[in-house]
Amino acid sequence: MTASTPPTTRGALERREARLAWSLLFPTIAIVSLVIILPLLSIFWISFKPVGLADLRPVAPVIRESLRSSGDDFRIEYRVRNSSQQKEVRGLTLTDTIPAGVTLGALPQVCALTGDTLFCDFGDVPGGFNERLRIPVTLDGDPEVLEDIVEGSEPTATGSGDNILTNAEFTLDNFARIFDSKEFMSVLWATVFYTVVGTIGALVIGLFAALLLNKEFAGKGVLRGLYLFPYVSPIIAVAFTWVTLFDPFSGSLNALLIQMGVVEAPINFFGQRPLALIMVTVFEIWRYFPLSFLFILARMQSIDTDMYEAADMDGASPFQKFWYLSLPMLLGILSVLFLLRFIWTFNKFDDIFLLTGGNAGTRTLTVNVYEQAFAISNIGAGAAVAVVVFATLLVFSVFFFKYISQEEGL
Amino acid sequence: MSVLRNGAVTAGVIGLLWAFVIAVTVAVTLSFASGLGFRPGALGCLILGVGGGLALIYLRAVPFLLAGFVAVSVVLMFTPLSPMQFTDGVPLGWQLLSVVAFGVFTLWPMRVMLVEAHPGDLTRHAFEDAVIRFLTGFGYIVFTAAVLIPFYVMVMTSLKSQQALLKNPLDFSIDLSRGLDLFRSYFELFGQFNFGSYLWTSFYVSVLTVLITLAFSVPGAYAVARLRFKGRAAFSRSILLIYMVPMIVLALPIYIAFSMTGLRNTIPGLLMIYPVTTIPVALYMLQGYFRGLPGEVEEAGLMDGLSRLQVIWKITLPLSLPAMVSVSLYVFMIAWNEFLLAFMLLDDPSKFTLTRGVAMLNSSEIPRQHLMAGAVIATVPIMALFLGLERFMTKGLTAGSVKG
Repeated sequence: MTASTPPTTRGALERREARLAWSLLFPTIAIVSLVIILPLLSIFWISFKPVGLADLRPVAPVIRESLRSSGDDFRIEYRVRNSSQQKEVRGLTLTDTIPAGVTLGALPQVCALTGDTLFCDFGDVPGGFNERLRIPVTLDGDPEVLEDIVEGSEPTATGSGDNILTNAEFTLDNFARIFDSKEFMSVLWATVFYTVVGTIGALVIGLFAALLLNKEFAGKGVLRGLYLFPYVSPIIAVAFTWVTLFDPFSGSLNALLIQMGVVEAPINFFGQRPLALIMVTVFEIWRYFPLSFLFILARMQSIDTDMYEAADMDGASPFQKFWYLSLPMLLGILSVLFLLRFIWTFNKFDDIFLLTGGNAGTRTLTVNVYEQAFAISNIGAGAAVAVVVFATLLVFSVFFFKYISQEEGL
Repeated sequence: MSVLRNGAVTAGVIGLLWAFVIAVTVAVTLSFASGLGFRPGALGCLILGVGGGLALIYLRAVPFLLAGFVAVSVVLMFTPLSPMQFTDGVPLGWQLLSVVAFGVFTLWPMRVMLVEAHPGDLTRHAFEDAVIRFLTGFGYIVFTAAVLIPFYVMVMTSLKSQQALLKNPLDFSIDLSRGLDLFRSYFELFGQFNFGSYLWTSFYVSVLTVLITLAFSVPGAYAVARLRFKGRAAFSRSILLIYMVPMIVLALPIYIAFSMTGLRNTIPGLLMIYPVTTIPVALYMLQGYFRGLPGEVEEAGLMDGLSRLQVIWKITLPLSLPAMVSVSLYVFMIAWNEFLLAFMLLDDPSKFTLTRGVAMLNSSEIPRQHLMAGAVIATVPIMALFLGLERFMTKGLTAGSVKG
């Protein structure tokens, strides 16, 4: 009798299962590649391109046709324009069909008539090109009707402009610009402060909140729901509320502080260094502590109570129980939360953008992407910052996967 | 440390700190409620707090003490040693209310805090117990205030008029005689600013996002959870990796591509992006749940002649209904609250989503209360959903909150 061995090749069933799996995954993979992977790759491409916001408008010829009259003389007018002020359009031509009842007079030099087809060749035209072609015509019929017919037949134009996004022009200027500028150090500092303090703050505050609610009492459910409010409500609503609350002129908090005699004059919380950076970090802690709170509370409630009873028997004090029993049990979830929140705080854009717009020393890397691309209209530089963001993120994820595989849950 | 652990010292210090906390709380609460000027009085807090703490551990007759404490507070109110200070023009009734509230809320919880404290040296256990009870009370007040005040200000500001707001930013009292005029900002938002249509746009965009997300992520999650194939581990890791890509990094190329293809400023364009940002989260949450379902039921279905797809449809989905609700709610919340993409991709006011509409109100020409009314309109539906289905929502949050 031979010992039975497991099959070394893949059986038909196994192959069928794998095929089914891939076909179930295919839609997701396709759409994620299209909307996430492709843009990510294009960011690298764009970051090496000298491209501004204005370059997004394609360079192309624009043609308008009209039938005009001065007295009894009629003429067809083509207005040929280059949509770009800087870039040339190469091989610009115009083709139009002349309807019956319209006879063309003397043609301009660039044009030729074959049958009822008018063809004009402008060659290469520079940026800002704008010319009117006037061709006298004699009409055979009602001018009103013919005007509609003439203007109804759209002329076709050919000619291609150089698209900065697809040509072979590359530059390192974008990276040189963002690393060189004096701002870079301040952006880096704001990012590090916001990410580190925001993450740890949200964790510690969440831990406190979880400790508060880790016992049974009337109204616990209400408080638990209440403490989740900041995280659940739309960022736009809470951010604007904070701006309103801390406004130096009409903000309630300044009024309160003055009335209580804490300060003499209103404080511009979101408008001065270094207070603005502290305030956006406090906002981040306020908005995201519910998340760590929820996780930590769930973990706390799954800790076995026997352990605490044993500790009580041994005469441990409450702080000792927390320090030597609860905290070690929570260490796993705390480190996972720390990594996750660290990455997400680093990625955060909306909060700072809505609170300060990146002013007063609060411009983090992600806000800088927007700032460079849209405020300064330099898409290339914005993409370069985005590349830096993404590269940093990849480094974080290496850590993340190293640790998360050791931690259970999540 | 040993001095602190003396019962009298512990009681006095905790009494003092707690009295001060309560004085500040009462002052802030009443200021926000009435717009009048309340302020904690340091000396009064010192005397009453220390006195109250000591009285509690020496006398222990709580009902009698409570009455006495409130009476002393009221008497002190007429002297410069009052625990609450008032600016001019605070009516006597409000003054009395503030001092009585101070008395009750100082002494009553303090009784619980000092339950294990007694005159003489305290054990470490009794001392830490008192400290923890004090910190707990303090924590409840701070957390509740920090969460509630912004939302209170948001709602109340939306009901005020511009002049009233500038005159006294603290005055959130509601002038009921204005009747329906209280809701004027809301009428104007729905009447002139087209908020009805934004609400509808946000609603159907969010619902469609949920549906599309589920359509993609359910089969994907099932494959990852149940089927064996090469690259399964790599796939689930890349899913995690993908939803850590920051939106702003993607928004830039998407903006460029949409500008060139004319998809910018269209709802279908938005609907191409929103589900993709949520599919990875949904897939991750669902596969976790599917893994937890008993495989035997599905195998029984397979034995009885169902195909895999029929198994998913007839067995897995009905069993995972609670998870589907959680995931749907979570995705709905993400789509409803989404701001960045709507802000960058929509310029045409007739196509705005609610968040984009609220962002439009943030201009110096539009009064503050309109902005706050917009914020309330954006918050209320998601809050209603959250409070109504909190059980599912918290489950969704815990399962999916890998995403920020």
